[in-house]
Amino acid sequence: MISLKALLIRDVRIAVRIGGGALMGVLFFLSIVTLTPFALGPDLKLLARIGPAILWIGALLASLLALDRLFAADHEDGSLDLILMGRAPLELVVAAKALAHWLTTGLPLVIASPILGLILNLDANAIAAVAATLLVGTPALTYMGTIGAALAVTLRRGGLLLPVLVLPLTIPVLIFGVAAANAAAGGTVSFAAPFTILCALTLMSIVVGPFAAAAALRAGME
Amino acid sequence: MPLIDLANPSRFLALVGKMLPWLVAATLVALAAGLWQALFVAPDDYQQGATVKIMFVHVPSAWLAMAIWALMSIAALGTLAWRHPLADVAAKAAAPLGAGFTFLCLLTGSLWGRPMWGTYWVWDARLTSVLVMFLMYLGLIALWRTVEDPSRAGRAAAILTLVGAINLPIIKFSVDWWNTLHQPASVVRVGGPAIHPSILVPLLTMALALTLLFATLHLAAMRNEILRRRVRTMQMLAAQGASA
Repeated sequence: MISLKALLIRDVRIAVRIGGGALMGVLFFLSIVTLTPFALGPDLKLLARIGPAILWIGALLASLLALDRLFAADHEDGSLDLILMGRAPLELVVAAKALAHWLTTGLPLVIASPILGLILNLDANAIAAVAATLLVGTPALTYMGTIGAALAVTLRRGGLLLPVLVLPLTIPVLIFGVAAANAAAGGTVSFAAPFTILCALTLMSIVVGPFAAAAALRAGME
Repeated sequence: MPLIDLANPSRFLALVGKMLPWLVAATLVALAAGLWQALFVAPDDYQQGATVKIMFVHVPSAWLAMAIWALMSIAALGTLAWRHPLADVAAKAAAPLGAGFTFLCLLTGSLWGRPMWGTYWVWDARLTSVLVMFLMYLGLIALWRTVEDPSRAGRAAAILTLVGAINLPIIKFSVDWWNTLHQPASVVRVGGPAIHPSILVPLLTMALALTLLFATLHLAAMRNEILRRRVRTMQMLAAQGASA
C-alpha cells in the first residue's frame, strides 16, 4: 500500500511540474470546443441543443490524447522495468498509475467543463449534468484507455494505433454520458437510468482495465 | 486426436494437406447447392421481390462475423493460458477473414437497404453495432501488423481479442439502448411471420457453405502463416550466418 501511495504521489508530481503537461489536455479541450462553433455557425439555440455532445466528444478526445503518456515516459527512462520487477502486484500498480493519470488529466476536464458549458449557451441544469456525467464517466475512459496504452507502449510506431484500439471501447461510455446529460437538460428519459449505467460502466472498466493492461505490459516487456 | 498433438506444426501441416482437398470439394458442393436453392428454388418475397435473395449471403455473413470473433477468443485463451503454439496462428489467420465477412455483411446489407429502405445506410442499432465490430476487427489487424515479433504480437492481440469479447456485448446493448432512444422513423422492420421452410432450407445451406468456405480459407491461411514464419526464421538464421 505504501509503495502504491508513493507511486501515486510521484506520478501526480511529475505530471504537474514542468514537462509533465498536465494542463495540455484542458487546453486541447478548450481548443476543440472553440473550434466547433466555427464549423456549425454561431447559432446559440443549436449550440445549446448539441452542447453536451460537443463537451463529451471534446473530453473524450482530450483524455485520449493524453493516454500515450501513461506508460511511455516510464518506459523511456527505464522506471517501468523497475515497477514491473517490484513486489507490488502489477494490476494494483496499473490502477494507481491510472488514478494519478485521471487526477491530472481527467479531473481538470471536469473542472473546466462548466466554463465551456457557459460559452456553449447551456443552462444551469445542463451544465451541472455535463459536469456530473464527466466526473463519473472520465475515469472509465482512462481505465479503458490503460489497455491501449499498455499495448502500445513498447511499440515504436504505436502513435495512431492507440486511439484506433481504444475508441471503439469508449462507445458505451459516450452513449450513456451524453444520454444522461441530455436527459437532465430536458429530455423525455429519466436522468437516473443512463446515469447509473454510466456508473456501472466506470466500475467495470476499473476492474477490467488494470487486469488487461497488466497482462499487456507483461506480454510486451518480456 | 488430442489437441496437444497438433502443437507440432509439421504434423498440423500434414493434416491440413490431407484435409484441404476434401474441404475444398465440400465447400464447392455446398456453395453450388446453396446458391442453386437460393437463386432458383426459394420463392421471391411478396413485398421485396428478388432482393430478398441478398439475405442468403447477408445473414450467414453476419453469423460468421460473430462466430469468428468467438473462435479468436478461444484461440486467445489458448495463447495466454496454454501457450499453444498454433493458437496465435489460428487467431492471426482468422482476423482478416472475420473482417472480410463483416464487410460482406455490411456491403450486402447496404445494397439491400437501398431498394428496401430507400437509403444505403441508416443508424439502426444492428447496422451500427456491426460497423463497430468491423472497426474492432480492423484495429486488431492493425495491432498484428505493428508488432514484428509474431509471438509478442500474438499475446498483445490475444489480450485485445478478449477485451473485445467482453466489450462487444456491452457495445451491442448500448447501441440498442441508444437507438430506441432516438427512434428512427424510416426503418422498415422485416419481422412479420416466422421464416417459411422454403426460405429456411436454402438459408441454412448457404450458412453451411459459407462456414465450410471459412474453414477452408482459415486452414489455408494458417498453413501460409506457419510457412511464412519458417521463412522468417530461416532468413534470420541466414542473416546471422552471413554476418558472422
